[in-house]
Amino acid sequence: MKGVGSGAALCFALVACTKSSDVRALDGTGATLPYPLYSKWASEYNAARVNYQPLGSGAGVRQVSDGVVDFGATDAPLSDRQLEEAHADLVHVPMTIGAVVIAFHVSGVADLRLSRNVVGDVFRGKIAKWNDARIAAENPDAALPDAAISVVHRADGGGTSAAFTAYIGDTAPPRQGVGVRGNDGVASYVKTTPHAIGYLELAYAHQSHLTVAQVENRAGKWMRPDVDALERAARSKIGHFPDDMRMSIVDADDEGAYPIATLSFFVLPRDAKQRNQAEAVRRFVWWGLHDGQRFAAELDYAPLPPEYVTRAEAMVNTLKAEGKPL
Amino acid sequence: MTATALPTPAPEQAAADRTFGAFGAGAAGALGLVLLGIAASVLRLAWPALAGEASFWSLEWDPARGKIGGLSFLFGTVVTSVVALVLAVPIALGVAAFLSDLGPRSLRRSVSSLVELLAAIPSVVYGLWGALVLAPALRDTIEPALGKLGTPLFEGPELGVGVLCASVVLAIMVLPTVAAVTRDILRAVPAELREGALALGATPWDVMRYVVLPHARRGIAGAVLLGLGRAVGETMAVAAVVGSRADISPSLFAPGYTMSSVIANEFPAAATDLHVAALAEVGVVLFSLTVAFNVAARVLVRAK
Repeated sequence: MKGVGSGAALCFALVACTKSSDVRALDGTGATLPYPLYSKWASEYNAARVNYQPLGSGAGVRQVSDGVVDFGATDAPLSDRQLEEAHADLVHVPMTIGAVVIAFHVSGVADLRLSRNVVGDVFRGKIAKWNDARIAAENPDAALPDAAISVVHRADGGGTSAAFTAYIGDTAPPRQGVGVRGNDGVASYVKTTPHAIGYLELAYAHQSHLTVAQVENRAGKWMRPDVDALERAARSKIGHFPDDMRMSIVDADDEGAYPIATLSFFVLPRDAKQRNQAEAVRRFVWWGLHDGQRFAAELDYAPLPPEYVTRAEAMVNTLKAEGKPL
Repeated sequence: MTATALPTPAPEQAAADRTFGAFGAGAAGALGLVLLGIAASVLRLAWPALAGEASFWSLEWDPARGKIGGLSFLFGTVVTSVVALVLAVPIALGVAAFLSDLGPRSLRRSVSSLVELLAAIPSVVYGLWGALVLAPALRDTIEPALGKLGTPLFEGPELGVGVLCASVVLAIMVLPTVAAVTRDILRAVPAELREGALALGATPWDVMRYVVLPHARRGIAGAVLLGLGRAVGETMAVAAVVGSRADISPSLFAPGYTMSSVIANEFPAAATDLHVAALAEVGVVLFSLTVAFNVAARVLVRAK
């Protein structure tokens, strides 16, 4: 009885909260890839409390579609089918640019070049040993061991996998080897497992001091992931923005572009239910697009080029609440 | 709840009894309703997958492209649980016999609390320990040694994480459950029986073999099934060490997947309705498996 009573009291409290003019904390869920940056934003942003839960891109999309959170975050824009299934009209706002890197753990090997096909075949299980002729051909100077490659993939899908899958030209992420959860899971597996290889976001690889391979971009150049090469990947798409900004920057044309680059989006309901809350979310997004960008480079993300920011502003300006523009 | 449940010292004892009876009936009814409600809502969530064309009974799992075969998860759950029991039950029976009959009284209390301590460790801690300590040990030492046996059970690259690692972690986790329940069951065997046997000149082993174990057989089977129930449902620790690959392999070294860990891993990231439904379908199968074990346990206990 007591439980029921306090439950009812809690319900009333929630209803009271949503009706008053107070703004709740801003709740967001989604991608793990930009989590280090978004958590920095959450701590730097003073106008409201921001809770960001890195549960994965899929969770972000589903929870914002169901109205559970104020904003979702995803690295892969929604497919047409996902947009159809969503319970709300959703807007994509690009927020930052991240890199997916190939990290490996082979003692005595500090640098490695892996072409698109070799990376693909390693993760598809077609290249099984580190001293395989195809790896050796691209790395004549590396002392490659005669050891089985211990492949690790993401068990929970997500935007990191989507960018990697697009780069190797597959339609579904390869699932060879061991599956682990989250970018942090891949980082700790590669760090602790001899002869391991995995794909993960750059910031996580840096934090764990992993060795990262050079990969081949579309122009055939060997690229190391850095903020500059990410920015060039993003810049090469300027002038080719789709109306709804659902786009990928994987495999950009620019010869200085890092190929496995991905935009990370906020996904917001076009017509929010509560005006005050929606305005607070809009202010936070606006802050992230402008003030927030200066935290990007130090955390291994590329700040959005101005053309992207202008376009993102235009997307934010289409947001409404209770049927009327914000 | 307890505030209203406690019978107040009322002058009319009958009224208190009626209230108490009604409360009990209500509580029992609510329990049934909760169970039915959960079953119904999981079924509803799983309906698009159950009614759709794609079948659970296949090995291909790629819900983003409409393939929702969950056989590899069923296989993984059954194999990890059975291997865990094979490892845990003999030790658990030994511990229980030690605690009820064989051990010196001075040691029983401390060993008993050790068993309970083992049961109190949160499963995510077992997962961490499995991934950071057990998996490297398996990879570098134990698996290479087992590989020399040359059986198909222990073949393939030594990864550390995998079905074997999950089974060992599960074995440690079900050990206290099976041991503690078995200990209580052995203790419940009437002392007169033991004393009678001893008076007839039986050795402690004879007492155990011919008096205690036959008397406690059904209870022990129940304890093992309780352990099986825990192993089948265990999620976080297994997700950390099972290797998370939707595939079937005869080798225990290979990475596998279990029903509960695929739900834990993929549910937060599931982006399409079919993916959610497919995971709910895995949940339905897991639920049915648990119910089946429960029924089996009851049948086993009643039959004789």
